[in-house]
Amino acid sequence: MPWITRGLREGIVTTRYPARPDDYGESWRGAVGLVDQGHPGAGSGEGSTKDLTALCPTGAIGVEGGRLRLDRGRCILCGRCVGAAPGIFCWSSSPEVAGLARQALVVGAELGGDDKALGMLRAELARRTRSLRRSVHIRHVDAGSDGAEEWEIAALLNPVYDVHRLGIFFTASPRHADILLATGVGSAGMVGPLRRTLESMPDPKVVIAAGADAISGGLVHPTYVTSGGIGSLVPVDVWIPGSPPSPFSLLHGILLALGLLPGCRPTTAPGPVADAPEQAGGAPGQAPDVQEPDRRTL
Amino acid sequence: MNGATLTRLEPGALAGTVGRAVRSGARFGGLFAFPVAERIVLRGVLVRPGGLAMIEATLPPGARTYPALTPTVPAASWYEREIHDLVGIEPAGHPRLDPLVLPIHGREGTGEIVVPVTWAEVELDDRALATHASGEGLLTIPYGPVRSGVYEAIEYLVETPGEDIPHVRTRVYHKHRGIQARFENLPVDDAVLLAERVEGVASVAHALAFCQAVEQLAGVVVPGPAALVRVLHAELERVANHLDSVVRHTEGAGQAVAHARMTLHKERVLRLQARLCGHRFARGVVVPGGVAHAPRMSAPDALGALAQLEGGLRADARLLMDTPSFLDRLRGTGVIDPEVAAAHGGLGPVGRGSGSRDDARCARPYGAYAGQLALAGPASRDEGDALARQHVRLAEIWDSLALARRSLELLADMHDPRFRAHTPPADGLALAWAEAPQGEVLYIVEIEGGRVARAKPRSASFHNLVLFPAAFHTDIFTDFSFIEASFGLSIAGVSG
Repeated sequence: MPWITRGLREGIVTTRYPARPDDYGESWRGAVGLVDQGHPGAGSGEGSTKDLTALCPTGAIGVEGGRLRLDRGRCILCGRCVGAAPGIFCWSSSPEVAGLARQALVVGAELGGDDKALGMLRAELARRTRSLRRSVHIRHVDAGSDGAEEWEIAALLNPVYDVHRLGIFFTASPRHADILLATGVGSAGMVGPLRRTLESMPDPKVVIAAGADAISGGLVHPTYVTSGGIGSLVPVDVWIPGSPPSPFSLLHGILLALGLLPGCRPTTAPGPVADAPEQAGGAPGQAPDVQEPDRRTL
Repeated sequence: MNGATLTRLEPGALAGTVGRAVRSGARFGGLFAFPVAERIVLRGVLVRPGGLAMIEATLPPGARTYPALTPTVPAASWYEREIHDLVGIEPAGHPRLDPLVLPIHGREGTGEIVVPVTWAEVELDDRALATHASGEGLLTIPYGPVRSGVYEAIEYLVETPGEDIPHVRTRVYHKHRGIQARFENLPVDDAVLLAERVEGVASVAHALAFCQAVEQLAGVVVPGPAALVRVLHAELERVANHLDSVVRHTEGAGQAVAHARMTLHKERVLRLQARLCGHRFARGVVVPGGVAHAPRMSAPDALGALAQLEGGLRADARLLMDTPSFLDRLRGTGVIDPEVAAAHGGLGPVGRGSGSRDDARCARPYGAYAGQLALAGPASRDEGDALARQHVRLAEIWDSLALARRSLELLADMHDPRFRAHTPPADGLALAWAEAPQGEVLYIVEIEGGRVARAKPRSASFHNLVLFPAAFHTDIFTDFSFIEASFGLSIAGVSG
């Protein structure tokens, strides 16, 4: 009985994300960005761009065609580049950093034809995940993480993120899972278990690589037992950068996979089956705008 | 070498010397192998009340074997199995040289860590201690490496006739990442970032131990404000880890409200870390020579956030420790006999729940623990069960919050703007330590030409997991999650 009052006294702590932006989610470092994406690195000579690429411990900074490129899939958010060249690199506070293609994580890259390819990728994924939008079950697999990713994934279940409100659940059995959420560098000992888990999942299924280690191997790769990310082991649909990705970044990536982000919903109905009409307030991305009590600041 | 004494001896004398030291009261801290040119160098650590001692024995060129320590010092068992896996030399006379972190045999023994050509599924008999259960109707249930819930990859082999668990075995090789090899030849600044990822939930402690080794070699004293900021983040990390253990206990006991409350408190700690430094796990804070920057919060804001956290947490903890249906699950569960714990040298809350009084912050204080933020004494209990470990953790949470508060107050009074001393990497060999939430972290670091030639982290998780099977006596299936949570280990730190 006393527990009930302990819980009630706190008030509501749950975020309204994704229906509304979250102040906390926007308040700290989500990723590194380029100050001026349109121009080559400070218009400088080759010597200094070489220095810039040497700044990064994971090789996330590169130069292509005289333009700086920053690969968020490699970035471990150490901030060394922002500290050394604040006129070129900056912190980006948005936690919405996940991408549907490995290439989409590269800042400063020419998208060009890739833009169309990305659109097709999005449509294909949307078709696959249409039946999962109202209730999705996630199976997490640690494929050689440092342990911090597991904390951030588990945090999605705490009262602040409370992903059950969005119809997102974690499941023990891969047989009940729709999404494989994998972390870690793809250690040799987890290659078999990771593949078997994916094979055990029923179709349609989605694979999410969470964290720089899972995307590119991060700082831990290369060694004699790492794969440089899980992308070489299983087909990945959504890539979530971060070291580790914050709960907001993870949530964004999961919603991206499901096509449930406000403003990012698929506008076309590419599938052979006609899209069922959305019920009012039934979709997590569009929570009805009802009067709500004040939320507690954490 | 500073901080610890170094004794060189012949490989043949290793077992005798370490055995005598352990019999006379020293704690065995670990044994590690480093390929140096054509030779293998073995380095052992002994922990005495007066401080740490490192012993070093170099094998002759081409030698592939040395007399094992394990027959005289059983605590060396996993260390020697790891050595056997990683550098391919044989500790002769080891009772059970099964693979531990790399279950691949038949590699060419060149002293180098060899890239496995193919990875075969290896069936291992992976007893953690030299005992195993046998009897009618006994079966083995494999649990892992993909387990129910969001956990790190480890495989438990539960030997059971149905309900009791007379014995548990562990397999830890699945997530072995080759950390020791990865350290080789890294620039010092990059190696700190790697240290933060050895055991990601104890990033601060690992970065701290590594940086202290670098600072020893450079002869640098960390500026006062930096030492305070280090304590601030290290203690918040401890609170978050101890809360994680409490969270898992409440989850196992089905205390839904308590579970929600405790996860909320843990989230608050991680957010406070992020507001103070920009990272929820305080990565990038500890750098050689000090810290990267001053706290980003004003002292009153940070103290206010701490007070809010502590107020809510104390009320919930009081209620939790007064909830019989919760306490009943922990009391008498997973008892580690104090004698067993002492013989193995159990670390952190696992050791201190079974009578140990060893906390590196008190026994071998470093940084601000040696001065302004000295701890009165370690939290310790004698019962040895999961409840004792929980008591130790709660007591440490209050100590940690007090230390964090005190460091913020001292920082506010200090007008010294120096947060980092210039620390050019100096060559040499150093042994450093820090008290992580899981227990003592050791780093042996060797710098050559300004780069890390070799480094070996030893997490408390690696040392403590050996005790896991020793915690099962009359315990049954439903006790398993409590015993695991009460150990509070990170598998990343075990597998390496």
